[in-house]
Amino acid sequence: MLDALQTILDTTITTIRDVLPIAAIIFGFQLFVIRRPIPHLKRVLAGFAYVLIGLSLFLIGLEEALFPLGKLMAEQLTDPAFILGDGVSRVLQWSDYWWVYLFAFAIGFSTTVAEPSLIAVAIKAQEVSGGAISVLGLRSAVAIGVAIGIALGTFRIVTGTPLHYYIIAGYIVVIIQTIYAPKMIIALAYDSGGVTTSTVTVPLVTALGLGLASTVPGRSPMLDGFGLIAFASLFPIMSVMGYAQLSQWMARRAMRRENPGE
Amino acid sequence: MQLPIPPILRPFADSVRDLLPIILVIGFFQLVVLQQPIPNMGKLLYGTVMVVLGLTLFVRGLEMGLFPIGESMAFDFARKGSVFWVLTFAFALGFGTTVAEPALIAVAAEAGKVAASGNMIENSEVARDSYATGLRYTVALSVGFAIVLGVLRILKGWPIQYFIIGGYIGVVGMTAIAPEEIIGIAYDSGGVTTSTITVPLVTALGVGLASSIKGRNPMIDGFGLIAFASLTPMIFVMGYGMVI
Repeated sequence: MLDALQTILDTTITTIRDVLPIAAIIFGFQLFVIRRPIPHLKRVLAGFAYVLIGLSLFLIGLEEALFPLGKLMAEQLTDPAFILGDGVSRVLQWSDYWWVYLFAFAIGFSTTVAEPSLIAVAIKAQEVSGGAISVLGLRSAVAIGVAIGIALGTFRIVTGTPLHYYIIAGYIVVIIQTIYAPKMIIALAYDSGGVTTSTVTVPLVTALGLGLASTVPGRSPMLDGFGLIAFASLFPIMSVMGYAQLSQWMARRAMRRENPGE
Repeated sequence: MQLPIPPILRPFADSVRDLLPIILVIGFFQLVVLQQPIPNMGKLLYGTVMVVLGLTLFVRGLEMGLFPIGESMAFDFARKGSVFWVLTFAFALGFGTTVAEPALIAVAAEAGKVAASGNMIENSEVARDSYATGLRYTVALSVGFAIVLGVLRILKGWPIQYFIIGGYIGVVGMTAIAPEEIIGIAYDSGGVTTSTITVPLVTALGVGLASSIKGRNPMIDGFGLIAFASLTPMIFVMGYGMVI
């Protein structure tokens, strides 16, 4: 019990320290540059308090329950003893790791759905687009992108191909998609690359990458353990633009069916 | 699918729904794939309740505090019409929120070790620490720069894709000449800069600015600040790796 209280206290202090510079900048500029009272000050302050307490509880919960188990699983799944299964020792092929790829996909998807900053951007996008982009639709599109990205990232660690080949190829796809995607989605798609990787995703994904890089023969955790985050920030850009392109295409097709004369 | 839930519980139900996938994934892999019992069930349950409670409060706080303040400041800056002050604010927000970011501190410390093992710097604690601190300020500076550039783009209505493509060319070009040890860290540093509190604020600022300036579309022009903040650190960190 005392331990639990101690963690709550520690986490709250850390969160306050994160929020403090932001609050100082906001209130400093409001006071000295804008020089106008903040509208609904009480409500805004209450909102800040909610964010602070909410984020602390969220982090404590993750730290207590989900992270230890998730990290343990990442270690167990990448353990050669588990991968061999039958106990016969032989040289591992990239195709032996399919539980790892599946885990990477599933954990990428599920952690992204719970990512608070993505929820924030999705709420804003729904508001601004007048409902054309739904909160759940955007979040699912981003989560699928992260899932594919992390799965491919683990495949890269297993095979040991250089990171920058994938990133450069990804950039080329993004640029081509940018030309054809609906204009209103472009900025949002680029943004969704950056928001996916924070509180929930990073710790679990990093554990997976480091676990994999330290057990696969010939990989060093220092050189190969990194890069999963980069995959997780690149692929949602493609999936969000893809989602917009798909819905545009379906809307056009439906319209054509209704007015065959056009 | 709408279950008959009393309105007061709806936010909690949403949070439970958001967390369900993680619980299912962990449960499936633990019980079916690894075939092991769930250790410490009580702790797991306690943690899950905390996460649900936390997420619910956070989303409520967003709508009450972070979004309105971001928007009202964007509106006031637009009305004031001072480009200098809005850019100063943009820089302060980008730099100030990044420099103390715990994820960045962790990555920078890791980078110090990598650099020392790659013989880029002397392998001593002082050298590693100063390398890590330098890297941290480099990233914070790059995020400040990114938000300034992003806000300027919103003010001027420049199309975002030219910046992103230009940034990509920068990243690819730097990759070709930067030391190999720094590349993985540089690519990852783009993802760690944007924290859970910065994202809603910066998004509200961008959308607010685009909504209060005539001729800007909040959908086309308002988003994109986060994208800038995740792209510039990659270039700056590779640059840092080359200079040091």
